[in-house]
Amino acid sequence: MTLKRVVVILASMLLSWNFWVLGENKPITIKGSDTMVLLGQRWAEVYMKKNPAARIQITGGGSGTGIAALINGTTDICESSRPMKDKEKEQVKAKRNLDVKEIPVAVDGLAIYMNSVNPIRELTLDQIKGIYTGRITNWKDVGGKEGKIIAYSRENNSGTYAYFKEHVLENADFHPAIQTLPGTSAVTNAVSKDLKSIGYGGIAYAKGIHHAMVKKDASSPAVEPSMENVLSAKYPISRYLYWYMAGEPSGEAAKLVDWILGAEGQKLVREVGYYPLPKAAGSPVTTPKAAGAKKKK
Amino acid sequence: MNINTPAIGSDSTLVKANSLSSHLTGARFMDFLFGKFILLNAILAVSTIFLIGIYIGKEAIPVFYDEETRKEASLGNLFAPQKYGTQEMPLPFVWQPVGEVPKYSVLPLFLGTLKVTIIALLFGAPLAIAAAIYTAEFAKPWVREIVKPIVELLAGIPSVVLGFLALLVLASWLQDLFGFDYRLNAVNAGIAMALAIIPIIYTVSEDALSAVPRTYREASLALGVSPSKTAWSVVLPAATPGIFAAMVLGFGRAMGETMVVLMASGNAAITSLKLSDSVRTISATIASELGEVVFQSPHYRVLFFLGAMLFVLTFLLNMLGEYFVAKLKRKLMGH
Repeated sequence: MTLKRVVVILASMLLSWNFWVLGENKPITIKGSDTMVLLGQRWAEVYMKKNPAARIQITGGGSGTGIAALINGTTDICESSRPMKDKEKEQVKAKRNLDVKEIPVAVDGLAIYMNSVNPIRELTLDQIKGIYTGRITNWKDVGGKEGKIIAYSRENNSGTYAYFKEHVLENADFHPAIQTLPGTSAVTNAVSKDLKSIGYGGIAYAKGIHHAMVKKDASSPAVEPSMENVLSAKYPISRYLYWYMAGEPSGEAAKLVDWILGAEGQKLVREVGYYPLPKAAGSPVTTPKAAGAKKKK
Repeated sequence: MNINTPAIGSDSTLVKANSLSSHLTGARFMDFLFGKFILLNAILAVSTIFLIGIYIGKEAIPVFYDEETRKEASLGNLFAPQKYGTQEMPLPFVWQPVGEVPKYSVLPLFLGTLKVTIIALLFGAPLAIAAAIYTAEFAKPWVREIVKPIVELLAGIPSVVLGFLALLVLASWLQDLFGFDYRLNAVNAGIAMALAIIPIIYTVSEDALSAVPRTYREASLALGVSPSKTAWSVVLPAATPGIFAAMVLGFGRAMGETMVVLMASGNAAITSLKLSDSVRTISATIASELGEVVFQSPHYRVLFFLGAMLFVLTFLLNMLGEYFVAKLKRKLMGH
């Protein structure tokens, strides 16, 4: 008798919950880059406050995860910290019969994190490559104090990993001893605790942690990843952050895209710690050319 | 309503008798239905295991014959030393499936899994077994009533929480204590994992020790043997198969554990026997790479192949554990 009552109550709860969910409008789902989760959350928060009817769900998982979700149609918007490969765009076309819409939404300078006690202030791209390919293993060799270099990287589903491998390692392999951590915040956390460590990731995560100035080669000046330097591509490892959608955005999603590219959305980019698009007047920028986003291949 | 003198044709009695019998058949019917329902659940649980096994096998077996997979990841690539790296810095075993030349050496992953598992067992098993001996032999009943559920509660701590603890707190302690080069390493992950396997080793050992008949202890004590000597030389040997089973089950649990190692081990696929090196385990590799992998690509096949091996291994270990438990039962029942 009591069991029956419990079952009835549970069933009715489930039913009413179902109706409640169905009654709401469908949420916009955003998935992908861990580098961009902070930014996406901030956008969603403010946007939903201004438009109470809109519902936005954000999850991370890595750019690769987001792109896979876009191909499989399990997300509306994919956040990616690397440009989508042509092969992946073809997969979206083949599977969903929709053209991929690429929207650069912010600019990032890939920061090289180090522990705050590390006396080193600048590194050349070649030195960074040496550290991550295992050629350089001691801080002494890059002008620091004697001590083994503990290098942290990201998992291979990360867009930042892919970008770093392409632009810093020039497609060489990471040395097996390079540790990989899930998420940029795990990397910054480890670096802040590990005196002899080095890591890399989005500039927005560099708050409260020491980061290096980067030299393109031994003879060029050391450059701080400041807004000016990143936007003018003086900082050698600058990149765009993207939103990808299948087909042209419509309805609430289109409004959201317009809003994040507008003055208000771009102001939040700055607040989170990334840099706004070069021409943040409101017109969507479609083709990235500045900011060191070297065309691949 | 007088039952002693039922008046034939009296409506009220007839109705009452009818409703009683229909109530009875109704109950019997419910009983029947419920029995079938339970059976269905049992079948569902068992067949799920089989279906999972079949599915993993189906996705993994093409490793052996799929053309594309064989080209990128032949069995030689998987197991034998390769000529990766440079002349000055040869790297015979590399796990790096994303790149121009994908590299799929599984040896560092197996070695990593084994290293973490053994450390977890070395650290966790003595603690858990000692605690089991204490609660089964020495603790007062009310202490036992408190300690046992609390240790078992440890099993309820989500492994991601254990991993988090290891990543933030334990790693710093261990580095300060031992001066490890790598903050995240096999020892750190192993100790965190030990916390995950202590409950299972403890519970099974405790059950084994408690199952040893009172008469064993009474005989020993009657001969003037001290309680601690009795526990060590009489009860513990009698419960050996059960304790061995506990360790085997703990080993199996540790091999499959994912979240703790993913967060606490550093995930570098290094081929070395040094315990202070960072390690990458099979389970952590699958967890972090399967999310992005292209469906039915060589990388996908190899990950499923790793999963299948892990599945078979833990399956065999669990069977071994069950075997030892059964052996203990036979032994204590008097053969």
